[in-house]
Amino acid sequence: MTDSLPEVPENPTPFQVLANIRAILDKDPQNGLETVKQACAAELDRALHEIAEKASDFEELKRVRLEFTGDKGGFTLANKQMRNLAKEHKAEVGKLMGQARGRLAKALETRNAELEEERAARILVEEAVDVTAHTPRRRVGARHPINVLQEQMCDIFVSMGWEVADGPELESEWYNFDSLNFPPDHPARELQDTFFVEPVSSHLMLRTHTSPVQMRSLLTRDVPLYVVCPGQVYRTDELDATHTPVFHQIEGLAVDKGLTMADLKGTLEHMARAMFGEDAKIRLRPNFFPFTEPSAELDVWHPDAKGGPRWIEWGGCGMVNPNVLRAAGVDPEVYSGFAFGMGIERTLMFRNGVQDMRDMIEGDIRFSQQFKMEI
Amino acid sequence: MRIPLSWLREYAPVPADATAEDVMAALVKVGLEEEGVHRPTDELTGPIVVGQVLSMEPETHSNGKTVNWCQVRVVPEGQTQTLTGRGIEESGVQGIICGAHNFAPGDKVVVTLPGAVLPGGFAITARKTYGHKSAGMIASVRELGIGDDHDGILVLSTLGLDPELGSDAMELLGLYDEAAEVNVTPDRGYALSMRGIAREYCHATGETFDDFVLDLAAKAPAANASGLPVTLTDSAPIHGKDGCTRFVTRQVTGVNAAAPVPTWMSSRLRLAGVRSISLPVDISNYVMLETGQPLHFYDADKLDGGITVRRAQAGEKLTTLDEKVRELHPEDLLITDTTGPIGLAGVMGGASTEVGTETTNILIEAARFDEVSIARTSRRHKLSSDASKRFERGVDPELQAAAAQRAVDLLVELASATVEEGVTDTGSTAEPTLIDLPADYTAGRIGIDYTEAQITESLEQIGAQVERTETGYRVTAPSWRPDLTDKEHLTEEIARLVGYDLIPSTLPVAPPGQGLSTEQLLRRRALNVLAASGLTEVSAYPFVSEDDNNLWASPVAGETVKSIRLANPIASQQGWMRRSLLPGLTEVLKRNLSRGFKNLAIYETGHVFIPGAQHGSSQIPGLGVRPSDEVLADLNAGIPDQPRHIAGLFCGLVHEETPGAVPHSLDWRDALDSATLVADVIGVKLEVAKGEHQAFHPGRTAALTLADGTVLGYAGELHPKLLAELDMPERTAAFELNFSALLNGRGGPTIATGISGYPATNQDVALIVDADVPAKAVAAALAEGAGDLLEDVRVFDDYRGAGIDEGKKSLAFALRFRATDRTLTADEASEARSSGVSVAADRFGAVQR
Repeated sequence: MTDSLPEVPENPTPFQVLANIRAILDKDPQNGLETVKQACAAELDRALHEIAEKASDFEELKRVRLEFTGDKGGFTLANKQMRNLAKEHKAEVGKLMGQARGRLAKALETRNAELEEERAARILVEEAVDVTAHTPRRRVGARHPINVLQEQMCDIFVSMGWEVADGPELESEWYNFDSLNFPPDHPARELQDTFFVEPVSSHLMLRTHTSPVQMRSLLTRDVPLYVVCPGQVYRTDELDATHTPVFHQIEGLAVDKGLTMADLKGTLEHMARAMFGEDAKIRLRPNFFPFTEPSAELDVWHPDAKGGPRWIEWGGCGMVNPNVLRAAGVDPEVYSGFAFGMGIERTLMFRNGVQDMRDMIEGDIRFSQQFKMEI
Repeated sequence: MRIPLSWLREYAPVPADATAEDVMAALVKVGLEEEGVHRPTDELTGPIVVGQVLSMEPETHSNGKTVNWCQVRVVPEGQTQTLTGRGIEESGVQGIICGAHNFAPGDKVVVTLPGAVLPGGFAITARKTYGHKSAGMIASVRELGIGDDHDGILVLSTLGLDPELGSDAMELLGLYDEAAEVNVTPDRGYALSMRGIAREYCHATGETFDDFVLDLAAKAPAANASGLPVTLTDSAPIHGKDGCTRFVTRQVTGVNAAAPVPTWMSSRLRLAGVRSISLPVDISNYVMLETGQPLHFYDADKLDGGITVRRAQAGEKLTTLDEKVRELHPEDLLITDTTGPIGLAGVMGGASTEVGTETTNILIEAARFDEVSIARTSRRHKLSSDASKRFERGVDPELQAAAAQRAVDLLVELASATVEEGVTDTGSTAEPTLIDLPADYTAGRIGIDYTEAQITESLEQIGAQVERTETGYRVTAPSWRPDLTDKEHLTEEIARLVGYDLIPSTLPVAPPGQGLSTEQLLRRRALNVLAASGLTEVSAYPFVSEDDNNLWASPVAGETVKSIRLANPIASQQGWMRRSLLPGLTEVLKRNLSRGFKNLAIYETGHVFIPGAQHGSSQIPGLGVRPSDEVLADLNAGIPDQPRHIAGLFCGLVHEETPGAVPHSLDWRDALDSATLVADVIGVKLEVAKGEHQAFHPGRTAALTLADGTVLGYAGELHPKLLAELDMPERTAAFELNFSALLNGRGGPTIATGISGYPATNQDVALIVDADVPAKAVAAALAEGAGDLLEDVRVFDDYRGAGIDEGKKSLAFALRFRATDRTLTADEASEARSSGVSVAADRFGAVQR
């Protein structure tokens, strides 16, 4: 190093000391070291103070960093003089400066991390939204509750090993009536207000109940036979709060050796409990249907009925009339069976508190949507 | 069937304090369902008493009306009034203004005193009217709710009554009686009578029924030579059964047909729902309601010769009692005399021999007609009478002579009639039905081990005779129970008399089932997925107009499709069965629009009805026998095809507007997406091509087919003209799929391909082609040329306009290349792309942009 040493001012500031450590140490090797030590400590204190007090944002922090660690910073200037120091000072001053710069760097880094964290927190606050203001960015769909209830009723039986049978809605009179032991001209036929198809000589009609599927099942499946038949049926009723010309039924048929009315009762009880809870029970009252003998009206004890637990008329049932078995070629001396049926609209009405039959068929989307996918 | 309690009490031990509700509660246990209560006191409360008109002064008022200012005594002279209340005079004489004139001083009348309430909530008070204080009303039958006649007030002497002054007129008129109404099932014709109801009531309460008909039968004289000649013929029996099996006649003379109907009879008839006409007519109705035997009374002087029962001849006519001229059918059973038809047997009598107030000599007919014959005639003439209702259900063949005897007794007692000697009893009573009931049969059907005593006693209670045999019981069914023909019928009788509530519960175990069928499972999946994707399931009636079918089920305008028509639709303009779900869905969409909803995506599944080559079947096999396979095949062949469809309709926005998101408008793409979604979730590849359908927009419609070309339906925007006609929103889109046919497109299990872990190379290419070249075909050409390295090709832009010649379009494709065994270089991918482009160029003249 051949450059001449600068003049050191009288009473130098710690920065001026650091900027001139070589000159100071050369000039007064005895006391110079102490002067440098003090200046180093003072300059570090000043830097730390600046960081703590003034570096309130990234801009300020940058300024502080530049002031103390930039090319014009005291420690930087001191560092540049290191290799020209006298041998006896080099190690000690080097250590001194290294420590000071390390502390400074750490302080800057810590402050920077603090500011980063503050900024991140601020952005999260600024980005906040009102989640309650959101409405779905997709349509909200729904199943029709009649169809869902129909599926649920079927599932009760499927889980017991029964199968679900389907059949045509536009039927032959034979399947709908004759095969089910409704004699021609019998008043029982008149009770089922029938939609007939043109020409009447075709003997086609809209099925008045799901019972023709019983006969179709008996003819096409083997006994023992356990099926439920859900579906749409038709009667010539005008639409009002409690009637509709198009409605749904579910019907059950079991044909096996030795089936009794007690089996019918047990099956219906099981179904009632599955649908209305463990406290549900059923009651049978004598009635008449051409296709069952004995026949019964089925009441269900609905523990959660609106207005308190009570008996509710639910459907009809009975032991399969031997003539029905004969029509299917099944020997009634070997096999016996039971059958039952109930209206799905009616079930939905008392199970889910639907007041007006028209709500179920008018297609107002509010009706389906209040149930969504599950009833 | 309405059951006046006073009447029931005559034949069954009904507790004195039992109400109509109690009676219904008993009867429902044996199978007669509750229908309702008829109780006059629900509408009518006293004080309503017998009064006597002391004086009446006619006063003509300024309105031109003449009213009578009456003094009416309502307690016997010398006694004081015990009733109290505002307007009730202590003197026992009420001043009453009465507008009627059909009475005279001295007449006994019904007086409704202040405090009484008449039907319709009409409260009687003392009030000022026509310058007098009128304290009560002299009542007409109509005001009391016991008749239609309002020509004047009820003068009690016209009913043959001379009751004590001040006595309770409600008691006198039978207004404290009440009726229970029950529903009688079609198998229980006998229960359409007090006789049958009383028996059933005893079954319910466990009392023994004492059949009053047996006494009447014992009393009835046998047929004799002086009876009216009656001939039963039947040239055309239905199902081989004679139209008339028994015909009993009795004759009475010197009838006072104008005699008043006693109040006990008129009040019971009224409660039973039968209007009082005249004493003879009321007696015939009364006996029918009491015994279940419909009777017919002829004015004997208007009869010409003997009676012949026969079928009608073509062209014959008859004027029935309701003054209607009936054109007769050769199947109609007639009552005739030498002049021709005088009655439609078992349904309604003829006008020519009608009994009137001037009638003095009466011929009573008590007959038994065949159920089917009566049912058909009743339906044919749309004429359902109380008589036909009973004959249709079967009338006790042993009942005729007894019922006629009851009518004779009442005519003698009430109408001063004299019994003539002549009695006719033609035809025969039926052979009793014998049924063998194996000893353990009932237990095997019901699940209760009935004791011998329970079986025997139950059957005897219903009127059967029971004889023990080696293997069980030989049961003679009672004559009034034609419904009992087999052992299962006896089983029901035993079960219901012992009680259904005693039947235990057992749960039978079904053999292992196969669960839901594939069709059922996939149907559920499709319906659930559509709902989950945002559509709302609705249902509509399947009744449409013929025009609806011709529009929606025929792609080509002007062509018609065959539709199934109902013979008796609810509304004649919607008298056809749908061939498409869309007519119903459009109705539902419009209903929702009218209710204020704008953004709608709805769907429905259901059957459509397609007429086949064979429409129905002329042969209907009989009951209780399995038809032959040929007959069954014929029946099944005649049933129209009824495939299941799924359809949807879309209008408005995809979802409601929401902060920070702009919903798109629903259009043909949404319809197409829903259709393909259905196919995707059930594992069928749906082929999409440009489609043409008269109901759809010619440029925005996809035809949906299976790979084999089977057309499954359409998806797209509905035709703007149609939307305008139907008053539906612009851009409304629809899809409809034949779901049954779609299922046929399912293949076997999907075979997996290996998944390459090497990196992909993505490249885009833009090709200019003629505007009418389907993008799908260009993509296929690219894929074909690019070969196995091309993993995926997708159109991501369809540009027309500036920079592209008229009639051309620029299609941009994203290509993804990948090799299964190495990392692909960019050059390899570019080479494959170029091969793809050259196939597209060869095939469609595609030019790379």
